[in-house]
Amino acid sequence: MTTEKQYRVIGTRPVRPDGVDKVTGRAVYGADVTLPRMIHGKILRSPHAHARIRGIDTREAERYPGVLAVVTAEDLPDVDVVLAVGEGGDVNMRDASHNIMASGKVLYQGHAVAAVAAVSPHVALEALKRIKVDYEPLPPVLDVRKAMAADAPLLHEDLFTDTMGQRSEHPSNIASHLIAEEGDIEQGFREASVVVEREFVTHTVHQGYIEPHAAVAEWRDDGQLTIWCSTQGAFSVREQVAQILKHPISQVKVVPTEIGGGFGGKISVYLEPVAALLSRKAGRPVKMVMDRAEVLAATGPTPGTYMKVKVGADAQGNITAAHAYLAFEAGAYPGSPIGAGCTTVFAPYRLKNVRIDGFDVLVNKPKSNAYRAPGATQAEFAAEVVMDEICEKLGMDPLEFRRKNGAKEGDWRPFGPPYTRIGAIECVEAAQASEHWKTPLVKEAGSSRRRGRGVASGYWMNWGGTSSCTGRLNPDGTVALLEGSTDIGGTRASIAMQFAEAFGIAYERVRPQVVDTDTVGYNDVTGGSRVTFGTGYAAYALAKQMQREIAAKLAAIWEVDPESVTVEGDRYSAGDKSVNLVEAANLISEQGQQVVTSVTTTPHNRSGAFATHIVDVEVDVETGKVEILRYTAVQDVGKAIHPSYVEGQMQGGVAQGIGWALNEEYIYDENGSLRNASLLDYRMPTALDIPMIETILVEVFNPDHPYGVRGVGEVPIVPPPAAISNAIYDAVGVRMTTLPISPARLCAEIMAKNSARA
Amino acid sequence: MHAIQYAAPRTLQDALEILQEYGAKARILAGGTDLIVQAGTGARSVDVIVDGKRIPELMHLAFDPADGLTIGAAVPCCRIYEDPQISRRYPGLADAVSIIGGMAIQGRASVGGNLCNASPAADSVPALIAYRATALIVGPKGEREVPVERFCTAPGRTVLGEDELLLSLHLPTPPPRSGAAYLRFIPRNEMDIAEVGVGVSLTLDEQGTISGARIALAAVAPTPLFVPEAGDSLAGSAPTEESFRRAAQIARDASRPINDIRGTIEHRKHLVGVLTRRALERALERARQAG
Repeated sequence: MTTEKQYRVIGTRPVRPDGVDKVTGRAVYGADVTLPRMIHGKILRSPHAHARIRGIDTREAERYPGVLAVVTAEDLPDVDVVLAVGEGGDVNMRDASHNIMASGKVLYQGHAVAAVAAVSPHVALEALKRIKVDYEPLPPVLDVRKAMAADAPLLHEDLFTDTMGQRSEHPSNIASHLIAEEGDIEQGFREASVVVEREFVTHTVHQGYIEPHAAVAEWRDDGQLTIWCSTQGAFSVREQVAQILKHPISQVKVVPTEIGGGFGGKISVYLEPVAALLSRKAGRPVKMVMDRAEVLAATGPTPGTYMKVKVGADAQGNITAAHAYLAFEAGAYPGSPIGAGCTTVFAPYRLKNVRIDGFDVLVNKPKSNAYRAPGATQAEFAAEVVMDEICEKLGMDPLEFRRKNGAKEGDWRPFGPPYTRIGAIECVEAAQASEHWKTPLVKEAGSSRRRGRGVASGYWMNWGGTSSCTGRLNPDGTVALLEGSTDIGGTRASIAMQFAEAFGIAYERVRPQVVDTDTVGYNDVTGGSRVTFGTGYAAYALAKQMQREIAAKLAAIWEVDPESVTVEGDRYSAGDKSVNLVEAANLISEQGQQVVTSVTTTPHNRSGAFATHIVDVEVDVETGKVEILRYTAVQDVGKAIHPSYVEGQMQGGVAQGIGWALNEEYIYDENGSLRNASLLDYRMPTALDIPMIETILVEVFNPDHPYGVRGVGEVPIVPPPAAISNAIYDAVGVRMTTLPISPARLCAEIMAKNSARA
Repeated sequence: MHAIQYAAPRTLQDALEILQEYGAKARILAGGTDLIVQAGTGARSVDVIVDGKRIPELMHLAFDPADGLTIGAAVPCCRIYEDPQISRRYPGLADAVSIIGGMAIQGRASVGGNLCNASPAADSVPALIAYRATALIVGPKGEREVPVERFCTAPGRTVLGEDELLLSLHLPTPPPRSGAAYLRFIPRNEMDIAEVGVGVSLTLDEQGTISGARIALAAVAPTPLFVPEAGDSLAGSAPTEESFRRAAQIARDASRPINDIRGTIEHRKHLVGVLTRRALERALERARQAG
């Protein structure tokens, strides 16, 4: 079912409300905030990946001229509360507190151990050098498989494995073991005529947002705490800070600035509570800004993994059984996205016999955090490469295989109710019909170059969440629309468009603003691909509520029954009386009344987003370097409110997926020291590495939203690594099962294949 | 608090006096694309930054068929590749200076600075060696000349004394029927440090036989590595796939790379062979075009 309805605003491509400020450089980001009397904070970080802290001597730093405050974990209260932190899942606030300031032990290189506030950043850095930390180094464990071994060094002596509610006998680095099962896989594999089983390894990668974390905190003498920061969720920062500092939530106000990218990494707090403590001690506002090395070494990248996937299919190409073993590196504290990995690994397929085992494993690396479709890219990389090999063994077209086995409404999925109306098969069919797929690829490209084509599908859940909006009708009939959802992907526009559509006015007559936590009702974080869906839903509800209030107020003025007032576009009529919105606003205003309306909505979003990608690569067989020649991303977007921003999300996700596929990885030495904590050596793609990404928008109406919207932001990062690995196989005949597929890795495989043949 | 002083002398003499006073704590600033980063991260301890860009001799760039090419030590890369005569006469050098960093960096970064920074991965150095470049050094005792292949002594270290500075680089005019090329391997397509770099030059005689060749490598040894035996193996040979493969093998055998974040020993040695052969092919094409 695609939407047939004609819209005035939805589906158009207006200019974004925040555009002028951004292109002229006037937009205020985290590090741009400056307050009177403000001072600067810096953090001392652990050089060790694993060590006991015997003592911290801050006396010399405290005496250093220009230093106004020093804090360590001693300054943080003991907390023991579990809080849902958006896509980060449930986070124990004790762990969160220890992550922002190490207590007892340091658990990764870069772990914060102390902070200084001083009159300048330079003085603060000099003072850090005067803090003496007495470390007792401990053996680090850096690899997920080694961390799972019974004799592995333990990060936390009090951590036990939770296996579906059962606690292990002995402490372990395995925080949890999830199991999802349906049917009988043994029987399913017996029915298979082809079975493929492969192991996969992926490495830690970072979201790579261009704006480093930044926060300014002002703790006033009356206990009122205000925080300005770049975040995906001002209300989540308020909650986390209140919990970590045991400070009343009513006394914490968070003012979100513009944000230079987040991708899931700007949900957990790192600097905010520390800046607040420094401000309380110093009696002055404190600004803290991370440098790039801190961002890479000490925020929340997405985990490295070890995975094993086994799939069987019958001779007709029907999947008979599938088993996935997924072990994710949580980092220093529990909480990798293993649950999402389990949910998504086989999501594009209809499965009768399936088992999924997922492990959340601690290692001496930074606590992992959400990254765009967290956990899905790793898991679906493994599954989609295996599916490609099944197709090869069956001699079956990989898109036809995906169409034949595609998941539909009512099919089983792990840990959840069956699928509602989804567009998995529609995406595959649109890919089959694409010009890209129909255009043959010439495989030879000179003596040392070979070309190949690959496909992969992907899935990511949609989250509804809670959103609040406030609308104020101005005397000129325009509307001030107050939101609390950080605008990362053009959502001021996409929310204002939904409001304008529902309220019957032009998009330009809505002025959306993202405001602080005291000015609008509660909003969940910008994450889970939810804002255009969830906050758009709230804006729709707000428009309808405002129309009812205007109608009621006019009814009182006209002395008619409120039910008799009809609304058509921006015109309100009852009997022989009829006014437009401007006239209505003035009539209401003359009565000493105003239309100021707030709504809070928590829509259920049971649906999700599917994508199918096609990529052509060219491999230099002598060096192992891969060029992306052509890329087409097909995605079920439900309804594209602002198609340009939907396309932008798809292209951005693909660009990040290409980086993950080919070059991005954390490189640690044997001591657990991160060797490439810079954007020179943590190799994200540059403009010269990415071709124009072609997009095909499939619109399968989402019944949970009035306009059929689906979340679009996350799923486009999921298929690229598998699609590229499959294309490389098509080009040169080697299966790449480790990410990234760096030139050195690919070259070694090509040479091994050549020498095996020779 | 550690404060850094900045000096911008207008004469060579003034610059030398500052060096004499501060010794190892003073550093000459050319483009600053390495020095400022190193001072900022603490990788290099600097008390006095001596800006060389106001000293005329350091900003001098000239080509004359009789004397060859002179590149003042602070001349930015872009001035070299934007000069049509220089980039036509020295295409191997133009190859190197047009891929250092990105366009913005090439507007600041200098060949002299690239050499003095003494990174084993410096892109311009193998090209300079292939062109038989010499470095003109000036100090309190006067001038001295050092072949570029002997300039770097270890990662980050050079033959420069504490009281000396690099004045300029001199590249002789290539003989007729010469060609050169610099090829670099990086995992991305820009903004990266060489995993391997290969600079070559070759000259053909009137019959089309190779009369001489030079091959130098980046990022496979503690310093930029000149491999004379690889170039010499080509002298007197026809420029064939076989002779190029032989030279590439010699270069590969001479390389002694390490495993680090930018590459593995195996991949680097392999790339030396591939890039040497490809660079020789490109240089041959240019030699034939040069006529």
